[in-house]
Amino acid sequence: MIAKEFEYRRPATLGEATHLLADHPGSVRVLAGGTDLVAWLRDDAVDPDLVVDIKDIPDLADIRLDGQTLHIGSLVTFTNLMESDLVAEHAPLLAEMSETVASPGIRNRATLVGNICSAVPSCDAGPVLLAYNTTVHLTGPNGSRNIDINDWFTGVRETARREDEVVTHLTIEVPKHGGVYVKLMRYAGEDLAQAAVGIVVYPNLDYRVAFGAVAPTPIRSAAIEEALRGNGLNDDLINLVVAMVPDEISPITDMRATAEYRTHITGVMLRRGLVAAVGRLAGTGPEYGTRLI
Amino acid sequence: MELEIKVNGEQWALNVAPADVLLDVLREQVGTKSPKIGCERGDCGSCTVLMDGRTVRSCLVLAVEAEGHQIVTVEGISYQGLSELQDLFLRINAFQCGFCAPGIVLSATELLEHNPNPTRHDVQEALAGNLCRCTGYEPIIEAVLGAGQPKVGLDRPATGPAEGDRP
Repeated sequence: MIAKEFEYRRPATLGEATHLLADHPGSVRVLAGGTDLVAWLRDDAVDPDLVVDIKDIPDLADIRLDGQTLHIGSLVTFTNLMESDLVAEHAPLLAEMSETVASPGIRNRATLVGNICSAVPSCDAGPVLLAYNTTVHLTGPNGSRNIDINDWFTGVRETARREDEVVTHLTIEVPKHGGVYVKLMRYAGEDLAQAAVGIVVYPNLDYRVAFGAVAPTPIRSAAIEEALRGNGLNDDLINLVVAMVPDEISPITDMRATAEYRTHITGVMLRRGLVAAVGRLAGTGPEYGTRLI
Repeated sequence: MELEIKVNGEQWALNVAPADVLLDVLREQVGTKSPKIGCERGDCGSCTVLMDGRTVRSCLVLAVEAEGHQIVTVEGISYQGLSELQDLFLRINAFQCGFCAPGIVLSATELLEHNPNPTRHDVQEALAGNLCRCTGYEPIIEAVLGAGQPKVGLDRPATGPAEGDRP
């Protein structure tokens, strides 16, 4: 039971939605899958006057490929990603990450875009979308704009989205690459990340390395990426970048893990992840979906 | 707000508030008591229902979101008698207190719909969001695995104990 009152609207167009958002500054929430929002309403973590459900707006549920650009609409669920042939062929890393999110009953509703809009520090989409250098596309009452994912996460549960904007879709460049998402949980099954590593590597040995649940937001490590750039993997290089991890992350101690444990295990996950991502680029790595920790 | 939904094939016209969650509306207005109030935050799976054939946590769906959608609860999959899976749950004794059983049967039903011959790992993954505090899961996994397999040695009647079985 939710012990509060709010108005619910389900606009049929993007324009109508953005005007509703603009008309209720400070007291409006966008609803897509609702797996975070409905829980937050119940917990009294949010108290909107208006909830704007975007599920009737056309074209927001698309997954399509334009050349080498993968387009993912804001109503695409984790289940959709796991079942998409396009994703399986061009960005299996998205499916690997999706499989680790909560449970099927959540994945059937929860959206990829909602995950980065909720922007909790352990959000599974964060490290992977950072490693993909994703572009976030938004529309507001005065037009559309793009935000680089590197500028997206601005704090715990905070993003660069303005309150009157709706995220319409993400775009991800998907030339040939290898990728990995390594997520540590307290047990196999349904859990939030204690720590997570997302890596993408391209044939020119350009590496992208991102972490989740070890800082107030998902983060990329420019220093580790720079150290790796242009180099094939060897033990010395891996040891070098693993040793950089404690300076790159700022984990906390909470009920799921201590800061010390998170720091140590992130190094272990980076080591295994790099080997897997480079192996996958070469076609010899573990199958996508293989649990590495 | 006016809400029109189909629950187990039956059309309902209801009056709900925006803050009413689907779980409460199903239990209190429709009178379908199989979805249970557990954690009310999507972790335990006891409120699971099928929405257009896919499992959802009815505690995390606003009732107004279900407008125009088809909801099926465990009552709805047994209206023509028990499903094969439910039959196996009975024969293998795959639940004890029964609180989690409707959610687990629906999660397993969704799995078998998409993957008629699941591996043990597939079953574990499919049920990862459904907590059971009685069984230790083993008989549940056996029942779901069995539903995809030919029946061997399960010759007791489908709907209850055989004559001579101890109560």
